[in-house]
This record gives sequence, structure tokens and C-alpha cells, in this order.
Amino acid sequence: MGEENKVVLHGMWISPYSKRVELALKFKGIPFEYVEEDLQNKSPQLLQYNPVHKKVPVLVHNGKPIAESIVILEYIDETWKNQPRFLPQDPYKRAKVRFWTSFVQQQLCESLLTVIKTDGEVQQKAFGNLFEKLEVLEEGIKEIFPDGNPCIGNYNIGLLDLVMLSMFSPNNKIQEEVFGMKIIDPEKTPLIFSWLTVLHQLPLVKESTPPDDKVVAIFKFVRENALKSSLA
Amino acid sequence: MAEEVKVFGAWGSPFSRRVELALKIKGVKYEYIEEDVYGNKSPLLLKYNPVHKKIPVFLHNGKPIAESLVIVEYIEETWKGNPILPEDPYEKAMARFWAKFVDEKCLPALWTAGFSPENERAKAAEEACECLKTLESALNGKRFFGGDTVGLVDIAANFIGYWLRLIQEATGHDLLSAEKFPALFKWSDEFVSCSVVKDSLPPRDKLLAFFKARFAGAAQTNASN
Repeated sequence: MGEENKVVLHGMWISPYSKRVELALKFKGIPFEYVEEDLQNKSPQLLQYNPVHKKVPVLVHNGKPIAESIVILEYIDETWKNQPRFLPQDPYKRAKVRFWTSFVQQQLCESLLTVIKTDGEVQQKAFGNLFEKLEVLEEGIKEIFPDGNPCIGNYNIGLLDLVMLSMFSPNNKIQEEVFGMKIIDPEKTPLIFSWLTVLHQLPLVKESTPPDDKVVAIFKFVRENALKSSLA
Repeated sequence: MAEEVKVFGAWGSPFSRRVELALKIKGVKYEYIEEDVYGNKSPLLLKYNPVHKKIPVFLHNGKPIAESLVIVEYIEETWKGNPILPEDPYEKAMARFWAKFVDEKCLPALWTAGFSPENERAKAAEEACECLKTLESALNGKRFFGGDTVGLVDIAANFIGYWLRLIQEATGHDLLSAEKFPALFKWSDEFVSCSVVKDSLPPRDKLLAFFKARFAGAAQTNASN
């Protein structure tokens, strides 16, 4: 066997983009080597493997690198065809998953990052934006959970789940400590809240989740840095 | 049973033209519905794309899909002839990577560089040129990004192949030139002269007039700021 199926993931422990690839590999049961990157001091391999963006995650499969988390997730699903399948077989259902994944990735993540990195009026506006979009998603996922409740037994993790859970959690304690309020509110977006609860309770996800205090610390660090540099 | 294929688009939009190009490559017959995107969006459009309320929207036997590249991948998976994506998963991943790069980095940078105010132009142009340089490297001596035939990346980069040249003519500011980006410039000529692409492009004079008006409008706005 040896080099036949060598998989290396260059990632960073708190990066949601890196986390979703890490979880994807774990859910598929694919053995891999993990390289923790220091984003202040990126390895020469990372810069060689992702010269365009110079970012994590990068998946290297038998020496061939792939960048961009969602591109990587689709690659993993197409290369390792065992369960769980991240995308449905039917082209129309695949299009729906890709549509909502794109929405979460481009619209929700952007709003969340703005919320984290700003304060005052700009932050207030970003909060408004974020909640508006969460409401749109709440409405949109009703077609994915027609019974109204995602259940834990035999949950087939997919592309949209991986993208969503790596970015958002139902952990209101952390949200309240960092932002002073709930981001994922069980009263405002009950379906998203119960969906994320199910996802975050899956054993593989639970064991990959860093402790609360570490998460709060990194959020606060990122936020302080962003606010400092915006004053400069 | 007749298949119902419809495209809701706008004549000048590179995004709806991407969808039309994919359908033409596959030889799929479709009905086209022109939307008045600046004035009055139709109730059907708002019904089929309630999330973004934008074109293009693709309808296949009554089922709607939005987002041009999502639609193009759907077309690829539904009609199997004349493939737009390679079969090999790694090559497919590379194509998706570059299509994303075009969509998320190149297009916004190019648009900004085209219409930014005088004092911001140099910086915007520099960023846009960085994108073009990087994109050019993906060509790697091939005729098209897709190899011998037009593929996903070529479709995604349609704006660069055709719209950009007209913007340059309208604004007098060159970003994509034969001197600076010989391979990419050559690609844009190959792209627009390719028969299946030619048929799916908006009329030159009409689009040029549109950009001239837009540029004049932007200049006015920038001058009054």
C-alpha cells in the first residue's frame, strides 16, 4: 500500500474552513496526516501548494494539492464513494444543496465575520444583516427537513451540514460571551437551532470541538486584532 | 413527453449568458424570457428566486434553480453529451477552483477597476491585473481553460473574454492587453470566435453603448462626490 493513498491536510485548529475538511475525512473514515499551520509563519509547503490564495485548508492527495474548502469537499465525495455521501445522487437535489451551501458560505459567513471584526454602528448593521439572512435560511431549509425536525438517528452528514456546522454552533454561552447576545436563537430560528444541535452532538463533531474557553479566547483575540488594525 | 427548459435572463448579463452557453454546448433547446432587471422584475422571477430575486433562473420541467454556476453544473449532470467538466476528480476540482477564482476574485476586481473614480483607479487596476496574471497561469499553453474545447472555467470567464474588452473600449482604460497578457488575450479571441460562443453573446454595439452610458454616469457620480 504505502504511498498509494496518501492524504495530507494542511489546516489551522480554529479555521472553520479547515475544520469542515477535517471532519469530512473523519466521517468518510479516510486516514490522513494533519499539518497544523501557523498562519503568522506559513510553511513553505503551504505556499507551494496554494500559491494563489496562500491559505488553509489545502488537501494533498498522493502529492497533488487542492485548495478551497468546498472544492475539496466535493473532491473527497467523488474520490471516496463510501457513505456518507456528501451530495445526493439526483441532479436537482444536488443543485439545491449547492445553492444553499453557496448562500451559507458567501452570505452568512461574510456577515458573521463582519460582526466579529467590527463594533458600533457597523457591527449593529452587520448583526441586522446576519439575522435577516438566518431567517432566509430558516425558511429555505424547510424543504430539506419537511417534517420540521432533524433527528439524530442515522444522520447522513452532507455538504451543507459540514459547511454550516463548522461556522455556526448552537452554543449560546459562547455567543453571549463574545457578542453579548445569541446568534443562533432557538426562538428566532428554531429549525436552524435544532439542526445545529443535532450536528454538534454527533460523536465525531463533539470530539473535534475545542473546549469553550479556548474558542472564546480565540474569538476575542481575532476581534481585538481586527478592531486595533481598523483604528490604525 | 416534451421537456420544458426555460431561462430567465437579461440580454447584457454575463451570468445568464453563461447558462445559455452551457445549453448551446449541450444542444439543449430552451425558451428564453427577458427580464427587465433595472425596472420591473416579473412575478415569476420573484417566485422562482425568492432568496436573491436575480437572474439567471433556470427552469427544468417546472423546477427552478438559481445561481449561474450551480445551474451550469446541473446542466452538465443532466445532459451528458459534450462534457463541460473533466471526468477525473482531480481535474474537475482544478476546474471548480479556477471557476471560483474567476467568480469571486477576478470579476469584482475587474468591475471595480473599470468604474472606480480617478483617484482609486491605479490601485484597482493593479489588483485587477494581479488577478489576470494569476488566471493566465491556469491556461498553461492550452487553447481553452477546458483544453481543446470550452469548459466550465471558460464559461465562468465569459465576462473576461467578451464584456471586458468592450468595457475597455468604452472607458479607454486597458487592463487585458496583448502586451501584458499575451496568452489570456489570445484566449479571449479564441473564445469569442468559437462558433457555439459567438451565438450566445449579446450584440456588440448595444453592449458597447450600454457601457459608455454607464461609464459616463459613473464619472458624473464620482465627479460630484
